[in-house]
Amino acid sequence: MYRYDELDQAFVEERVAEFRDQTRRHLAGELSEDEFRPLRLRNGLYIQRHAPMLRIAIPYGLLRAAQLRKLAALARRYDRGYGHFTTRQNLQLNWPALADVPDILAELATVQMHAIQTSGNCVRNVTADHMAGIALEEIDDPRPYCEIVRQWATLHPEFTYLPRKFKIAITGSPEDRAASEVHDIGLHLKRSAGGELGFAVLVGGGLGRAPLVGALIRDFLPLADLLGYLEAILRVYNRHGRRDNIHKARIKVLVKSLGAAGFRDQVEAEWQAGRASAPVLTAADVERMRGFFRPPSYEALADRDVTAGREPRFAAWYRYNTRAHRVPGYRAVFVSLKAHGGNPGDASAAQMEAVADLAERVSFGLIRTTHSQNLLLADVPQDRLYEVWRELESQGLAMPNIGTLTDLIACPGLDFCSLANAGTLGVAHDIQRHFDDLDYLYDLGNIEIKMSGCMNACGHHHVGHIGILGVDKHGEEWYQISLGGSANGYTALGEVIGPSVPKHEVAATIGRIVEVYRALRAEDEPFIETLNRVGLAPFRVGAYAQHPQAA
Amino acid sequence: MRNILRRREIVADDWRHLGEELAAGASVILPLAELRAGAARWSAWRGRLGVRLTPADAPEDLAADLPRLNLVAVEFPNAGDGRGYSQGRLLRTRLGFWGELRAVGAGVKQDQVFLLARCGFDAMELAPGEDLEAARRALTRYSVAYQPGAVDANPGRQRFFAL
Repeated sequence: MYRYDELDQAFVEERVAEFRDQTRRHLAGELSEDEFRPLRLRNGLYIQRHAPMLRIAIPYGLLRAAQLRKLAALARRYDRGYGHFTTRQNLQLNWPALADVPDILAELATVQMHAIQTSGNCVRNVTADHMAGIALEEIDDPRPYCEIVRQWATLHPEFTYLPRKFKIAITGSPEDRAASEVHDIGLHLKRSAGGELGFAVLVGGGLGRAPLVGALIRDFLPLADLLGYLEAILRVYNRHGRRDNIHKARIKVLVKSLGAAGFRDQVEAEWQAGRASAPVLTAADVERMRGFFRPPSYEALADRDVTAGREPRFAAWYRYNTRAHRVPGYRAVFVSLKAHGGNPGDASAAQMEAVADLAERVSFGLIRTTHSQNLLLADVPQDRLYEVWRELESQGLAMPNIGTLTDLIACPGLDFCSLANAGTLGVAHDIQRHFDDLDYLYDLGNIEIKMSGCMNACGHHHVGHIGILGVDKHGEEWYQISLGGSANGYTALGEVIGPSVPKHEVAATIGRIVEVYRALRAEDEPFIETLNRVGLAPFRVGAYAQHPQAA
Repeated sequence: MRNILRRREIVADDWRHLGEELAAGASVILPLAELRAGAARWSAWRGRLGVRLTPADAPEDLAADLPRLNLVAVEFPNAGDGRGYSQGRLLRTRLGFWGELRAVGAGVKQDQVFLLARCGFDAMELAPGEDLEAARRALTRYSVAYQPGAVDANPGRQRFFAL
């Protein structure tokens, strides 16, 4: 993975010094809260419902063991002994004291980490496919380009005060595991007819109040032009994006108002006008960066049957929580942060340390975070899987539910976030209880539930097969349910099925929805395909069939 | 008398905004609308002329005027409105303006000057109450940059993807 050189190290240390000075000025009354807010946001610090929240960047979801240990130590010292992994592959600590934040950032800098641009109206952490570099069908590893974009976007002099936040995701496989089509910019690595590497460029995807799927504005952008073209997009947005209304300030609104073709024409015109002074990525730049992401030194191993004669629970874990690897004899292993009874995406300090140790023993010392709020050990020899399972099981990290209904995505909700209307975590626990029977869960197959506590859609509810949105009704928490969304394979936005339901009815309503699926499915037909085949109507009827309080 | 930052030094401002007291032959900064509306008066003005852009103004519209302008002021009404960074960058790189490029407005504060300088601003008229000495020091807060910036505003060490 990428390693800081002296220049990167100097930069993060200077950033810490700057924020220390800004925090001092704020605490001394020299910077008002209004003046301090954009500065602290650009260093990842929110002031939340109960206490500050610090969002630490995990660029494209890649961590060394020492970095994860540092996160564990920070969680223990400054949070309440745990951290929350987000859909954008970052980590949130929930209880740091404002005055401690400069020290936390200084500690992060000692392990080549930071919280720069994890919030605020600027280019956020660049995310990637968690299967980068190991996926069977990959065209090219997206991570070198993510790191190039990360560096380019870091304290970009022109684009640090955009109309609104700006999220970029890069994928290198046909399957989109990074929700790239609901990002402000989604870049898909591809090869031209002549075999040249480049990107398809999608712009204007996003969730929130007006969910939209990104529009393809360029079918093929050569690698060399990556940064120049990004500058053209960002410049059009920075100049013409709306700043009068926070709810209309995302680039998707600009793309929609101009139309995809109109927006593309502006970007192309800007790009042509600025090409003479635009950055060009040289082959040497790309090669140098690719050098940081070379495959580790795999041993020559053969694929083997590791489940023969083992416990059924191990076999289930192998089936659900491990994935095929490009290299024979290896598997990718999900570390499930979706234990029933736990908060989706949360890991304790002890769990983080155990995963760090495990990564050093069996996976080249690297850990990945995933869009689905789990961790991944990417390169585990198959003959170590049983040992890995035992260790994960002992840590509560082997819940064999990856890809099932209880591998759900949820924002932290009302318990932590000042924006939320509803307590997503309690609903997640209800769902886990309702679907605690693993045989039943496995019979349901792949169903993605995504839940957000408010319209901002941090839990991506629009693109869940089943989406759950918390709404406030006269001070009470109600939940709106949508069906048919997807972010994986093809992107679709779900449709709300009817009136919202009270909190205690959410799990039971989902129970009725999946029963409709069980009754209507063809053999081996996944939930989303049944839904697409038969339409919403029977699900709508089933969902409310026994609902006493539908209103 | 107002002090400003110009080329990394604190200096007395030798320009006046329209509406401030103007001696004959003074160097004056006009709103773009005034430059157009009062064309006859200002073409006969003996002093130096500058123009002030609001965030919504397109710097491209100024192309024909630039040869007779000694200064372009770009307004930052608050710290969050970043349109001026693009305006400045375009004036320097695309429109070839080499006169004084000055950031003005309530959004021009010590925490912005490093970015401003790298977008090509060589002068900053700081918001009222700002500590100019602190702002001057903030110009060298970073020794490193990841992007090419204005020629004379790059910190000592840079790594960016080639031009």
